[in-house]
Amino acid sequence: MAYFLQQLINGVALGMVYGLIAIGYSMVYGIIGMINFAHGEIYMIGAFVSIIAFTLLGMLGISWAPLALVLVLIVAILVTSLYGWTVERIAYRPLRGSFRLAPLISAIGMSIFLQTYVQIAQGAKIKPLQPVVTGGFVFTDPTGFTVTISWIQVLIIVLTLVLMAGFTWVITRTPLGRAQRACQQDLKMAALCGVDVDRTISTTFVIGAALAAVAGLMATLYYGVIDFFIGFLAGVKAFTAAVLGGIGSIPGAMLGGLVLGLAEAFWSGYFSIEYKDVAAFTILVVVLIFLPTGILGKPEIEKV
Amino acid sequence: MAVGEFGAKLKDAGLAALVAIALLLPILGMETVPGPDGRLTLDFHLHLVAIGAVLVFAGRLALSLLLHGRALRPSGRAGTVAEFVSRHGTWFGLAGIAFALALPFLPFASRYTIDVATTIVIYVMLGWGLNIVVGLAGLLDLGYVAFYAVGAYSYALFAQWFGLGFWACLPIAGLLAATAGVLLGFPVLRLRGDYLAIVTLGFGEIIRLVLINWHEVTGGPNGIADIPRPSFFGFPFTRSPAEGETAFHELFGLEFSTLHRVIFLYYLALALALITNLFVLRIRKLPIGRAWEALREDEIACKALGINPTNTKLTAFALGAMFGGFAGSFFATRQGFISPESFTFIESAIILAIVVLGGMGSQIGVVLAAAVIVLLPEIGREFETYRMLIFGAAMVLIMIWRPRGLLAHREPTLTLAGAGRGAGGGGR
Repeated sequence: MAYFLQQLINGVALGMVYGLIAIGYSMVYGIIGMINFAHGEIYMIGAFVSIIAFTLLGMLGISWAPLALVLVLIVAILVTSLYGWTVERIAYRPLRGSFRLAPLISAIGMSIFLQTYVQIAQGAKIKPLQPVVTGGFVFTDPTGFTVTISWIQVLIIVLTLVLMAGFTWVITRTPLGRAQRACQQDLKMAALCGVDVDRTISTTFVIGAALAAVAGLMATLYYGVIDFFIGFLAGVKAFTAAVLGGIGSIPGAMLGGLVLGLAEAFWSGYFSIEYKDVAAFTILVVVLIFLPTGILGKPEIEKV
Repeated sequence: MAVGEFGAKLKDAGLAALVAIALLLPILGMETVPGPDGRLTLDFHLHLVAIGAVLVFAGRLALSLLLHGRALRPSGRAGTVAEFVSRHGTWFGLAGIAFALALPFLPFASRYTIDVATTIVIYVMLGWGLNIVVGLAGLLDLGYVAFYAVGAYSYALFAQWFGLGFWACLPIAGLLAATAGVLLGFPVLRLRGDYLAIVTLGFGEIIRLVLINWHEVTGGPNGIADIPRPSFFGFPFTRSPAEGETAFHELFGLEFSTLHRVIFLYYLALALALITNLFVLRIRKLPIGRAWEALREDEIACKALGINPTNTKLTAFALGAMFGGFAGSFFATRQGFISPESFTFIESAIILAIVVLGGMGSQIGVVLAAAVIVLLPEIGREFETYRMLIFGAAMVLIMIWRPRGLLAHREPTLTLAGAGRGAGGGGR
């Protein structure tokens, strides 16, 4: 039981990270119908900016953890959002209205570019981070098993929930959210009704990148090591999560992330750790076959 | 141009430079390096950031001055060239084949040139194979490298266990890859385009992870070494052949040279690629090929006409996979060593990029794109580390310049006899 609980907690924390990245995919897909392949690299850049900011703060002598965390969070969000905005501006906006595969290829090119850029600028070695947040709650059950909830896991879960609440508020209550929902329904009609489509799409990329930056920061804290290649697998898995939950649906992205995180944690806890990525992809295939629109997706009716 | 306008452009370029500083400062300007106590410290490279900002400023200004009053759109001239090339496709094709056949004997041909040419030809073949799936049937496949891997490993394993030769393994590898295609395709082909893309990506990764983790069979990350090299129909390319065997150079009374094998491999790849091309050109004219193209254009109309979409897509998938398998076996015999490292997602992306950059469905476009993609990193070999950087940037720029590919000129494969002659090239 204790072991089960431990895996449950690990899975939820992991799933929240996936969910945050997945939202970026889901929003972009919902509005312009493209797979933003470079989104995984945006997450990776978020992680790198975080680790650089931590190092810089350490050199400046700011070591009080809460202050450092807040500062790093702000820096990471700002810089990573700017990356998200620039990527959209350079690689996707000129291709708006072009045929379906062009932005995807452009995104793959962008992804290769960003990955190599970070590899050249920061080196290919794994970057370790000194633990910033340590400790946590430890419960011992009668059989002697312990269940640990680390502060980082608490931080991940709380921060994600807060972000989700704020994000839901933005989408449902603000003019920006209204513009986004309008664009999601019909890009042309939204433009005719006076929505600044270009600006809305840019904002979508910025929000997606900001959430990915938070995910990058939390993954850095959680795992303690990063390298330039983490974006690919995280990106693919987050996309899996987005599809799993029903692409275009934001609660779906979060839910898909949780399902995927839990599946991965339980798989590596009870079966084999080597095949945990295979498990993630198998789930994707199985879900798509039996539930082609994902868990919360609306069925799409094809018209002639 | 008014002064105010120039001022606006200056301001715009200045903003771009500011953005560049903000982007470059953390990643490029501060390098994390392990310090003496194992903790990370920062190395500052602020001059790089400054250089980057100046470059962006100058580039942005130059671009906006050059494009003054013009939008960044595909130029008309390139479109005419594309039209010209595809109208005279047969002649370009024949000239290309003649050049390819003569290449090893041309004065500038060295071992290096032939090696690069062989790589180009393999990618051309992979591109043509994937073109069946993406270009003709319109199915987005992001895991094509999986079939390449299946082909390579089946040759390596059959050669290792049963001592089969290259020619015996080639059809087996093709068959196994096609089977893998059917196995994957059967459940997933009902999905819509983007879902299909991501599932194929997942499948590619699954194959690679299985290859890494299934140590007993695949050798894990170490791969399989000592794969038999090809022989000239039973005559090996060795200096001193085993007892009772005749080496290639003895057969033809030539001086022994390691170049013979390189040239033979080149012609082997060329033959395989040309077979692929011929196959695709012919099958386009059969009902099944027409069904693929019809399906790409409108699936619902196809259903209404009584075409079974699943079976049609499945054949495209299986045939595309088969050619991937052929290319894989050739890759294994050429390298003599394979490991999961060679079958990463980036490889799938490169093959897909070749098909899309070439202009989907265009056979000559694939050749052109394969040459560009293979030569681009080769040219940049002096700055080894920057190869992939240039590669990624070039992919983005080519897409912006010509979103439908270098040789995008879509014409119906089938035209009415009378109308076709006047309208565009006739039934080629």
